[in-house]
Amino acid sequence: MPLVIKICAVWVALVLLIALSADLIAPYSYSQLDLLARLTPPVFFGGSTAHWLGTDELGRDVLSRLIFSVRISLLVAFISTLLSAVVGVLMGFAAAHFRGWVEQLVLTLVDFQASMPFMIIALAVLAFFGNTLPLFIALMGFYGWERSARISRGLTIAANEQGYAAAVYDLGASPWRVYILHILPNIASTLIVSVTLTFPEVILLESGLSFLGLGVQPPMTSLGNMVGYGREYLQTAPWILLAPSLFIVITTFSVSMLGDWLRDRLDPTLN
Amino acid sequence: MTPLLQVQNLAKHYAVRIPDGLSRRKATLRAVDRISFCLSAGQTLGLVGESGCGKTTTARLVLGLMSATQGQVLFEGQSVAATRDATWRALRQRMQMVYQNPLGALDRRLPVITQVLEPLRIHDRGDPHEHMEQAQALMASLGLAKSLWWRYPHELSGGQRQRVVLSRALILKPSLLVCDEPVSALDVSIQAQVINLLQDVQELMGVAYLFISHDLKVVRQVSDQVAVMYLGQIVEQAPPEQLFSEPLHPYSQALVSAIPSLWNRQQKTKIVLQGEPPNPLSLQSGCVFQQRCPYAEARCREQSPMLTPLSSERQVACHMLAQKPSDQNAVVESCS
Amino acid sequence: MTRFLAIRFLRGLLTLFLVLSFAFVILRSTGDPAMLIMSADAPPEALEAFRKGWGLDAPLWQQYLGYFKNLLEGNFGYSMRDKSPAMELVLARIPATLSLAVPAFILKLVIGISAGVFAALHRNSWIDRLLISLSIAGYTMPSFVLGLVLVLVFAVNLGWLPSGGDTTWQHAILPIVTLSLGGAAVLARFTRSAMLEVMGQPYIRTASAKGLVWRRVVLDHAMPNAAIPTLTLIGFMVGSLIAGAVVVESVFSWPGVGRLLVTSVANRDLAVVQSLLLLVATTMVTANLLVDALYGWIDPRVRSGQEARGKAL
Repeated sequence: MPLVIKICAVWVALVLLIALSADLIAPYSYSQLDLLARLTPPVFFGGSTAHWLGTDELGRDVLSRLIFSVRISLLVAFISTLLSAVVGVLMGFAAAHFRGWVEQLVLTLVDFQASMPFMIIALAVLAFFGNTLPLFIALMGFYGWERSARISRGLTIAANEQGYAAAVYDLGASPWRVYILHILPNIASTLIVSVTLTFPEVILLESGLSFLGLGVQPPMTSLGNMVGYGREYLQTAPWILLAPSLFIVITTFSVSMLGDWLRDRLDPTLN
Repeated sequence: MTPLLQVQNLAKHYAVRIPDGLSRRKATLRAVDRISFCLSAGQTLGLVGESGCGKTTTARLVLGLMSATQGQVLFEGQSVAATRDATWRALRQRMQMVYQNPLGALDRRLPVITQVLEPLRIHDRGDPHEHMEQAQALMASLGLAKSLWWRYPHELSGGQRQRVVLSRALILKPSLLVCDEPVSALDVSIQAQVINLLQDVQELMGVAYLFISHDLKVVRQVSDQVAVMYLGQIVEQAPPEQLFSEPLHPYSQALVSAIPSLWNRQQKTKIVLQGEPPNPLSLQSGCVFQQRCPYAEARCREQSPMLTPLSSERQVACHMLAQKPSDQNAVVESCS
Repeated sequence: MTRFLAIRFLRGLLTLFLVLSFAFVILRSTGDPAMLIMSADAPPEALEAFRKGWGLDAPLWQQYLGYFKNLLEGNFGYSMRDKSPAMELVLARIPATLSLAVPAFILKLVIGISAGVFAALHRNSWIDRLLISLSIAGYTMPSFVLGLVLVLVFAVNLGWLPSGGDTTWQHAILPIVTLSLGGAAVLARFTRSAMLEVMGQPYIRTASAKGLVWRRVVLDHAMPNAAIPTLTLIGFMVGSLIAGAVVVESVFSWPGVGRLLVTSVANRDLAVVQSLLLLVATTMVTANLLVDALYGWIDPRVRSGQEARGKAL
């Protein structure tokens, strides 16, 4: 494993750890006010160790807010990616298995999803259905399903028509058996690669929407959220938005690098 | 005794649209066009012909993998339907297929022995604890060494893979095995081994084969009866010794003359067929072979010849030959 | 080929129809705009009058038909905020967005393609590796972060460029750069792999064996063939430009279509959001159609493809 990939893997593990243990490691609660210590800079820029990354305009500790933001953003990204993969694979299977009008319907939906920039659709849905967290996650779950659908449909058709799946059907196996025991394991690696590429994109999408004020709502905090609210203080207290920004960039970079590396390893040789 | 397999007037037509300038013309593609034959238990019927003559379609129709446009398939006296319901699935235990491309027919992610015993699991046959032993015994008897059992398909040679596919097809002890070009993808030396294996299995287990190939030499070796197909129809059917020593239908004559062999000293010249290679789309009325037949007459263009028995063992579909003095009352033996 | 395009065109129309229906369903079936525009303590008669005025109290299916009827007549509704026709409002903002999007698109193409080709030609050298890392950094960085960082560096610290608003041409520089860099990174990566694949083909070796100067080989043989798969990216790039504009215009307070979308969504201004959706959908459908047409024209394989399709009897 090249050094860069190792570093990325370590970072990703670190981020996961932070997300899981947020309650334990954050020095303060994310909404705890300290009005006497508003807008204090981070520790090496004139601040104190009471607030390692400084405070925001309400005296809330930036480090703690960062930690909790990581948890929320990661939670959203994980669940959404999982949802989109499951929905996509099921749709792809349905299209490949039933063909006919079912397939045409799925293909039309895939076309529709692929032809409109998702941000636009998301904006429209968000404002009008309100902004509770479960709803937001469900919406994000519609991002990228069309890729999994395309992959699973394509590979399933190939398996069914000329390949191993056709042979197992000929042996008298039921469709359930073929899909679960044969097709799914065979397409898993391609799907995994696609999912690792979708994951950082969901993070970017969520942070973009939160930045615009339309994503995760206060009092909850997310990475994009922090950048959005810190924007007013760009000139006076840039650390408020720089910390989450840096975090977003490094995390999505790491996951993308890992995904690329995974793709290079899984694609050529094995299957 | 009812034959194991009876095919009656089987046909498979497709409606196609051929680009014709800017629009598309409607036509019918007759992949298989009214064929009939029988196969008795423990016997082998060889089906030969060029690519595109309908051999594979016939195989799929016989196994009920595809629905027929006309006619019927009777297996052990029962009609074979193409709907993939529970009855069809249960029937898989009695009839199976061996494919041309063994690598494509196997799952790359599973060890071969798992795939060999999978039919036992699917059909829930017998004691699950014995599945593994049954698979091992069968694989051993088909010449697969123990060291190969836990390997993956891409780790085996072509001949070994074909034995795996064969084991998987035989583990349920079917009475009919449809072999679609089973040795075409193998080296000649391996071909001989697999052919011998097939014959041994037939002796041991009494399996009947529908053996499909374009390779006449192989078909000659394994078959009890040979049927020659051309553009979806059977033009001649005879035991191999008779067919290869004295082919009657003009097409069979051309095929046989093309075999390089030591036994064809009588025919010093190869018959080269004139005319276009067959195109199943542009069929006119009359005999399917008329465009390339050196003996074609007017009535060949008008009326399609039926497959008529010439003796107790031979049938030909040809106007010219049907007029030869023959035993008109003879009933072809393989179909009683 | 005309048949192929005709099918695509119909599909495009279908997409538009779906988008509009989708917009209608979600926009009208949730929430009560009356409560939002007029304050919550307005008298009920006033709220009722408001609803009637906007046609919001007819049954849903009737509103749906009326909606499409309106669209076909060119009536896209009125902005609830400032009572002017919604589509006019939207169209008025297009020039502002185009003044960012068009230069950004060109910049994207120039930077992306040249970086990709350069990297492919110097494969595995340190330049190549640097460019790959830069391009990964480019598309993993969210545009709002990039924009804010650029503002921080160039506007706040260096004072070279203004940070917001749209009065002079200098105001446009940072938004255009922000909008183009992300897409340029994706394009660079893609061009690089397309070029690498083409360069590995036998006909390239033949061309250079014929004695052609290397630059001619690249320009006349490699690049045109690598362009074919790259074309498909263009449709995608238009989409990402639109999505990017939404964020970038908000970061730089640029009065374009993207910013209008964000504010009307926040205000639940139904007619404006619909008009914007229609505009975006039309743009995307047109862009994809153009790409398909270009594709069919450039790639001779697509042009001469003919198929006989059959149906089992």
